[in-house]
Order: sequence, then structure tokens, then C-alpha cells
Amino acid sequence: MEGAWIPLALTLKVAGWATLLNLVLGVGVGFVLARRRFPGRELLDALLTLPMVMPPTVLGYYLLVLIGRRGPLGAWLHAHFGVQLIFTWQGAVIAATIVAFPLVFKSARAAFEAVDPQLEQAARVLGLGEAAVFFRVTLPLAWRGILAGTLLAFARATGEFGATLMVAGSIPGKTQTLSVAVYEAVQAGQDDVANFLVAVTSVTCVAVLLAAGRLVPGRVAGAP
Amino acid sequence: MALTWDVDARRRLEHAQRRFELCVRFASDARRLVLFGPSGAGKSQTLKIVAGLTRADAGHVRLGGETLADVAAGIDVPARERRLGYVFQDYALFPHLNVLQNVAFGLQRGWRNAPREVRHDEVQRWMHALELAPLSRHYPEQLSGGQRQRTALARALVARPRALLLDEPFAALDPELRARLRDELADLQAELDLPLVLITHDERDARRFGDEVIEIDAGRVTGGGALREDRDRS
Repeated sequence: MEGAWIPLALTLKVAGWATLLNLVLGVGVGFVLARRRFPGRELLDALLTLPMVMPPTVLGYYLLVLIGRRGPLGAWLHAHFGVQLIFTWQGAVIAATIVAFPLVFKSARAAFEAVDPQLEQAARVLGLGEAAVFFRVTLPLAWRGILAGTLLAFARATGEFGATLMVAGSIPGKTQTLSVAVYEAVQAGQDDVANFLVAVTSVTCVAVLLAAGRLVPGRVAGAP
Repeated sequence: MALTWDVDARRRLEHAQRRFELCVRFASDARRLVLFGPSGAGKSQTLKIVAGLTRADAGHVRLGGETLADVAAGIDVPARERRLGYVFQDYALFPHLNVLQNVAFGLQRGWRNAPREVRHDEVQRWMHALELAPLSRHYPEQLSGGQRQRTALARALVARPRALLLDEPFAALDPELRARLRDELADLQAELDLPLVLITHDERDARRFGDEVIEIDAGRVTGGGALREDRDRS
């Protein structure tokens, strides 16, 4: 049972990093899609939503092709920085980030679109620059929706299996996350280990969903 | 002496259903100027061009001789540098900030909002002048229409604007309150001697504030000058 904590710690590390990356990327992309008009906007939205509907193994395969040793990005990283992403926990972070990304940017876009542009105009007339408008008006009014999406992304990243297995493999203590460990335990006939891992995963996911449910905007943000 | 207001706002708007061409020109020395016309006539668009919130396709905006925008000359002073007080039709108070924070908004620099108990002389002055002091911890959703309007007015005045732009400031109020706040605003304007442009579709507003009235319909100026007697019925 001792060994069960290692995949849990690794899972939390991978999911945590993936969530952090998604928070920055998803808020940025969600804001641009909500507030800027440009040709191909909806096409871009659809493309970025693909990870939500495509089989994770297919995503994992795309990633392998891209960041593998002989992939364009992987070869470049290896030649210039000596970095290899395949079969590392950082590779698992990339897989989890991409799979969970739509959940963050979708909810961020919806949250930003729900903010009345007139409030941003009011802030501009009062002398604020664009960055100040974003941090003092837009983000505070949208953060509940963004946070709810971010927690869902965390839950999704925690449970990530297919893409992670393709990209990072299943190296115990290094890239073997909870969901992969469950699979390995069942394959090896270690039912008690599998039971424990499944229980830990379930509790984590339920806790995250409960937290997300509390944060979904229902009242005006900030009002007492 | 340069004119107080010199505006030439031209803009083409195209939506799926309709096409709208705005072409509003006026020049006036009136301290209190009213843009009068039915809703959808282009009054709000004109005011947003004056404030720099909407960019015109052609034309210029000059205030007291200073050019704030001139499309041909490539001048477009950003809204945040125009120092104009703007009161939006539904007041556009920040729902996540209390009355005090709303009023102090324009004085607070940086990327963070004022703390809930912010202290500032100028803010205190307007909170008292507009009888908002007892409401300072309230949030906009807890305010009545008149209180919202006064909060929006205080928020605009605290930033020491050089002129005040008001978009249908009384439309959201019930008739009794409307008359009272009309008097309040008129007194305040007289006291501050602040140039003011007010948008309305209500003739009573136009009579009260219209040192000069510009009539706008379907994106064009259709008449101007003082209100004529034959329309002076109520």
C-alpha cells in the first residue's frame, strides 16, 4: 500500500502543473476569443475544442509525432536544449494540459462574454489603461466562471490516461500516474492496490466537482 | 475664443438586418447642450465618439479648442486621457465594488481596486455632496435607481472631468424622482459650471438643460437651437 502514495503525488504534481498552465493559456485565449473579432474566430474555437471530443490516444499519437525524438518540435528541443519530453513527467504534463485545455478556455470565454462591455468602457473613461481594465473590472467579474472551469480541468487532468500513456509511458515513480497505476495493478492481478488507488481517485474527483459546483456563478460576484 | 463643442461624427454601422449611417455635426458654445431625438437615432453613438469609446470613420471632436480626435489628421486621444465624465444610460456601476469603491475608482491607480474602506478627501467630498455617505458599504444591486444615478454622477465627478456627458440619465427613474433629480443635476451643473452634454428623448429634460438643443433623427441633425414654443407643451 505504501507504493500507492507515489502515483498519487505524481498525479497531483502533473495535474497541478497542467492546471496552472491551462489557467494562463485558457484565460488568455478565452479573453481573445471573447473580445476580439477576427476572421476564423469560430474555426479557431472549434480547433481548440478538439481535445474534448477526440480520443485521448489519438491526441497522444499526435503529440508523439510532434514532440518525439524525430518529431519537428522534439528534434529541435533536443538539438538546442538537450531536452527530451517523451517518457518524462513533463511529457505527462503536456498531455494532461492539452486534454484539459478546452474546459478552461471554453468556460473563460463564456465568463468573459458575460461581462458587460459597457463596464469596461466606464473604466476606460475613468482613466484606466487596458491592463488595469482587465485586472480591475473584467477578471474580477469573470473569475468565478473561470475558476469553475479550472477545477474541472484539474479533475480531468487527474484522471488523464490515454494521452499520458502514449506520451509518458508507465514508468513507476517517474511517469506512472494514478489512472495508469490502476490499469497496471489490474493487469498484474493486484486487486487490493487497484481498490485503494480507485478509492483515492474517486474521492479526489468528487471533492473537485463539489468545489466547482460551489463556484459556478449564480450570484453577482463580490456582493456580500 | 474657441467653441466649447465642435463635433463632426461620421460612422457607418452595418448589421445583418440594417444599415445605419451616422453623420452628426454640431458646433456650440452652450454650457448645457442637449442631444434630443427618438431612441435609435444615433445619440448614444455620437456621445461615445465624443468620449473616444467608439472610433469615427471620419470627422473630428474638439472641446474648448483642443482636438481630441481628428480622423483626417490621424489624431485620436484615447478615452482614458480625454478627462470626460460619462454617465451611462443604466449607470454601468461596477457590481463587484461597493459605492465607495465605485466613486473612488478613477482616482485609484494601478491594477488593483481601492480597498473597501478607502479614504480620500475628494471622494469624501462627493460622497457627502450627493448624500451617498450612509450607503458607502452598499453594493450597486442594493441601491435604488436614484441612488445608482447619484453614485454614477459622483464617480464621474471625482475624476475632475473637464466636461460631463450624460446618456439618458433620468430614463431609468420613475417620473416623480425624475423631476427631483433633474433639479439636483441642474443645480450641481450651475454650481460647478461644468460644460455638459445630455442625451434624452424626453422634452422635459430638453427644456431643463437645453441652453441649446440639437435634434437628431436617423443619424442626422434635423434641427437645432432653442426649443420652439409650439412644441412647448406638457
